[in-house]
Amino acid sequence: MTTPQVQRQIVYRRPKALNDVPTHYCPGCTHGIAHRLVAEVLDEMGVIEKTIGVASVGCSVFGYNYFECDFVEAPHGRAPAMATGIKRVIPDSIVFTYQGDGDLVSIGMGEITHAAARGENITVVFINNAIYGMTGGQMAPTTLPGQKTTSSQNGRDVKRMGYPIRMSEMLATLDGASYVVRRSLHDPANIRKAKKAIRTAFEVQHQGLGFSLVELLSTCPINWGMSPVEALKWVEEHMVPVYPLGDYKVSPTVAALRIR
Amino acid sequence: MPRVRGWIEVDESHCKGCGLCVAACPQDVMHLDPERLTSQGYHPAALKSEGCTGCGICAIVCPDAALTVFREVIAPQRQATAAAA
Repeated sequence: MTTPQVQRQIVYRRPKALNDVPTHYCPGCTHGIAHRLVAEVLDEMGVIEKTIGVASVGCSVFGYNYFECDFVEAPHGRAPAMATGIKRVIPDSIVFTYQGDGDLVSIGMGEITHAAARGENITVVFINNAIYGMTGGQMAPTTLPGQKTTSSQNGRDVKRMGYPIRMSEMLATLDGASYVVRRSLHDPANIRKAKKAIRTAFEVQHQGLGFSLVELLSTCPINWGMSPVEALKWVEEHMVPVYPLGDYKVSPTVAALRIR
Repeated sequence: MPRVRGWIEVDESHCKGCGLCVAACPQDVMHLDPERLTSQGYHPAALKSEGCTGCGICAIVCPDAALTVFREVIAPQRQATAAAA
């Protein structure tokens, strides 16, 4: 006769690096997924005590309320400049910026480009949802050609409004950048890959290997006028072809990195 | 074969009823509970029927880290002993 043996496991629980407060993000916004992945990585690496985050302007401005680590809030677009200062003054800390496309690609274009060119030893989590979320869905530099927004109501006309900027490809041309990749948050497999990339980016900094950036294709269901599930599909069908996923810069020292 | 039984706990202070977990659940055993409202006014995610395997996909797609996923693996004693040896 056999007695059944029961093993209980916890498969998943909320990461400790996230504060126990509800976020202000709209239902289904993938900002929450990106926050969770960063928090899981900080937990796994055990660096929460020495981590300093730099919040940007946009929906993610309230990031400082949601993480257990220290946080500062930078003026619009200036998060990489602020992170540079913090990292240089406290080199043992782990410093990351969390910026949206309205912050990083438009007003913050100068700061991010020069931080990457200088090879600052910081990590940038860059959320690209092709729109200005917080201010009501205006056209961003990353808005897709033909995409309707509140300030491009007939769709983005590239002749008049220009073309979207592919940030990862651009930054990858800079010698100072060590690790620049693009991932997406539209399904479980891609979320897993995104987490691995975020982990690698933080390890790059931890081991002093230079500038790391992870671009995450993300949603804005409310301003896109879609349900959360439709928005994920829209990322897969419309954003991924314009912003191909991949590793745009992996320096030889980073390629040799083995993460336990 | 060991049997697997899973279940989830939903933290209703975080859940916003976005339904991403419902759409992603490979067993199709989740729904947004029409009988409940969270303090923020959303119908929270819940299990609607038996069959959860505790795979954790719902937690991977959850934007609000509202889910805790458990699983129970029930193995006959004989197999467990063999595995331990």
